[in-house]
Amino acid sequence: MEPADPPDSKTAGAMGVDIRLPIGLMFAIIGVMLAAFGLFSESSIYERSLGININLIWGTILISFSLVLLWLGSRKRRPD
Amino acid sequence: MNLTYIDGLIILVYFGFVLGIGFVLKRYTKTSKDFFQAGRSMPAWICGLAFISANLGAQEIIGMAASGAKYGIATSHFYWIGAIPAMVFVGLLMMPFYYGSRARSVPEYLRLRFDEKTRGFNAISFALMTVFSSGISMYAMAKLIQILHIFDTPLRSIGLGPEYVFHVCIAISAVIVLVYVFLGGLTSAIYNEVLQFFLIVAGFAPLIFLGLKRTGGWYGIRQTLSPALTHTWEGMGSSSTNLMGIEAFGLVMGLGFVLSFGYWCTDFLVVQRAMAADSMSAARRTPLIAAIPKMLFPILVVLPGLIAMATPSRDPGHSQYTGLIPYKVVEASGELAYDQNGKPELDYDLTIPVLLLNYFPTGILGLGLTALIASFMSGMAGNVTAFNTVWTYDIYQAYIRRNASDAHYLWMGRMATIFGIGASVFAAYIATRFNNIMDILQLVFAFVNAPLFATFLLGMFWKRATGHGAFTGLGAGTLAAAVHHGLTLPVGSGVGVKGGWLGALYTYPSEMAQNFWTAIYAWTTCFVVTILVSAVTTPRPDRDLVGLVYSLTDRPKDEPLAWYSQPVTLACFVLGATLLLNILFY
Repeated sequence: MEPADPPDSKTAGAMGVDIRLPIGLMFAIIGVMLAAFGLFSESSIYERSLGININLIWGTILISFSLVLLWLGSRKRRPD
Repeated sequence: MNLTYIDGLIILVYFGFVLGIGFVLKRYTKTSKDFFQAGRSMPAWICGLAFISANLGAQEIIGMAASGAKYGIATSHFYWIGAIPAMVFVGLLMMPFYYGSRARSVPEYLRLRFDEKTRGFNAISFALMTVFSSGISMYAMAKLIQILHIFDTPLRSIGLGPEYVFHVCIAISAVIVLVYVFLGGLTSAIYNEVLQFFLIVAGFAPLIFLGLKRTGGWYGIRQTLSPALTHTWEGMGSSSTNLMGIEAFGLVMGLGFVLSFGYWCTDFLVVQRAMAADSMSAARRTPLIAAIPKMLFPILVVLPGLIAMATPSRDPGHSQYTGLIPYKVVEASGELAYDQNGKPELDYDLTIPVLLLNYFPTGILGLGLTALIASFMSGMAGNVTAFNTVWTYDIYQAYIRRNASDAHYLWMGRMATIFGIGASVFAAYIATRFNNIMDILQLVFAFVNAPLFATFLLGMFWKRATGHGAFTGLGAGTLAAAVHHGLTLPVGSGVGVKGGWLGALYTYPSEMAQNFWTAIYAWTTCFVVTILVSAVTTPRPDRDLVGLVYSLTDRPKDEPLAWYSQPVTLACFVLGATLLLNILFY
């Protein structure tokens, strides 16, 4: 058996790159794009989504999700 | 339905990020251990999500939604029976041998435990299978996009006609996966699989929300559709009383035991993700963490099939019993396809795309399509990384060049990535000649993988099993699968790729039943032959098998983790929750 590393030494990825940051950034960009498009798009395109402005709603949810990921990824960076 | 600029931009943002991750990780990929094993430095949750995402390829999303529409919620058996128990087993009982031994791959474990020939047999068949699967993934994606005509307009603007859509899709997906795996190896693949996992959920969750709202929720779906589609176990007593045409024994033994354990416990594609973990405990928790989203995936991939069936069609000429699912058209003649009863067949493979087009306006449609593309790419990259590792460690280093420098093997891994993707593209074009991708995959899977679990089970838990026994058993099991397939046919099928090529002695009520029973015969043959041959051949001395066989290995000691993140606690939670799901959807 290989000796196990202490569990608190690793948080979110090898090689000095915390995976939560790029994922958070990607969802932030996509979320902003969707929400902005939702704000300025005509309401007629939402007939198929049952009258719900799904772009604005889902864009906002993705922005919130991205903020959580970015926060998790940026707190207590361990010194490498 | 044409895409607008916003949909295209979302897809481009995704491409930018997956490639960006590859470029950032390139400078950290210095040794072959970095490239093939992600430096063995990944935390459990990342490995867990990659574990599940690598399996979430084209076949999964499209095939399971198609099955959901055709067989109903009983398709969830592929998750609750066909995945969760095996994932718990591999995490609790098998991972100590994979991670704790010096093996860098599943075939290498076979060499350490048995002998060279058993490893060679497994390495070569596995390498072929990964290339084949990756090619099928590519084919499925390109074909789907071609049928949907969604990229016709952007291509026309650069002067290419719709006949180029298929080729352009294959080229783009191949190049992107090639670049990020070539640069960052397994780390890059794993990171992108985690990204793709979140993207797939983010892309399909709003679809489920709108679909359930339109159809009146689960209650409304149960009111609209026949009870056969909305129960998992009711009617499983006999093969004639459920849509899958399989009885409970065949289901539990064939899918739940042989096929499921054969895949989750021995397929290097998924096991590789757990072996990249940073500690023994993280490796053991990987499949258990993966099991949590896995047991909920029927909501994401099976439920869309039911939603599609329950959504009233906007086309007034369309039958109310088929929902949104279009009729199948024979490609050559352009006419409707009919089944053996003379009824027009439905094109179930289009379930997900027609749902996306029905419910999503431009904007979120781009996100939904990105999710679909992400699923194809994660499945393909999973195959490619497993292929380059098995090729380099188990074929190249074992049989072609034994004592080269680490830098040479790193170089070979990158070359194998190029070669593997090239071969996948070739396989994708071969696949254009077959139409039912799921059947062919299941078939290959049953022949090669089904006997394999017997070999591992005996190898890990019976120290008397010998290399000759394992090798003969595997050969006999694969042969038994082929013979069984050759002697049987599913009802209503012609002799050929569906079976019966040795003379059809028996007819199964469905193709699924035939597949499950092929697996059962293969496994049993391998199990019995391995025991018989082992009994008359010389076993290896105990000291050679320490760390490889259960009775000769110390129990893994878990790190001082909180009680709720101990592997055993996770396993109990996962099994309990799965049982609850089975009861809820009985």
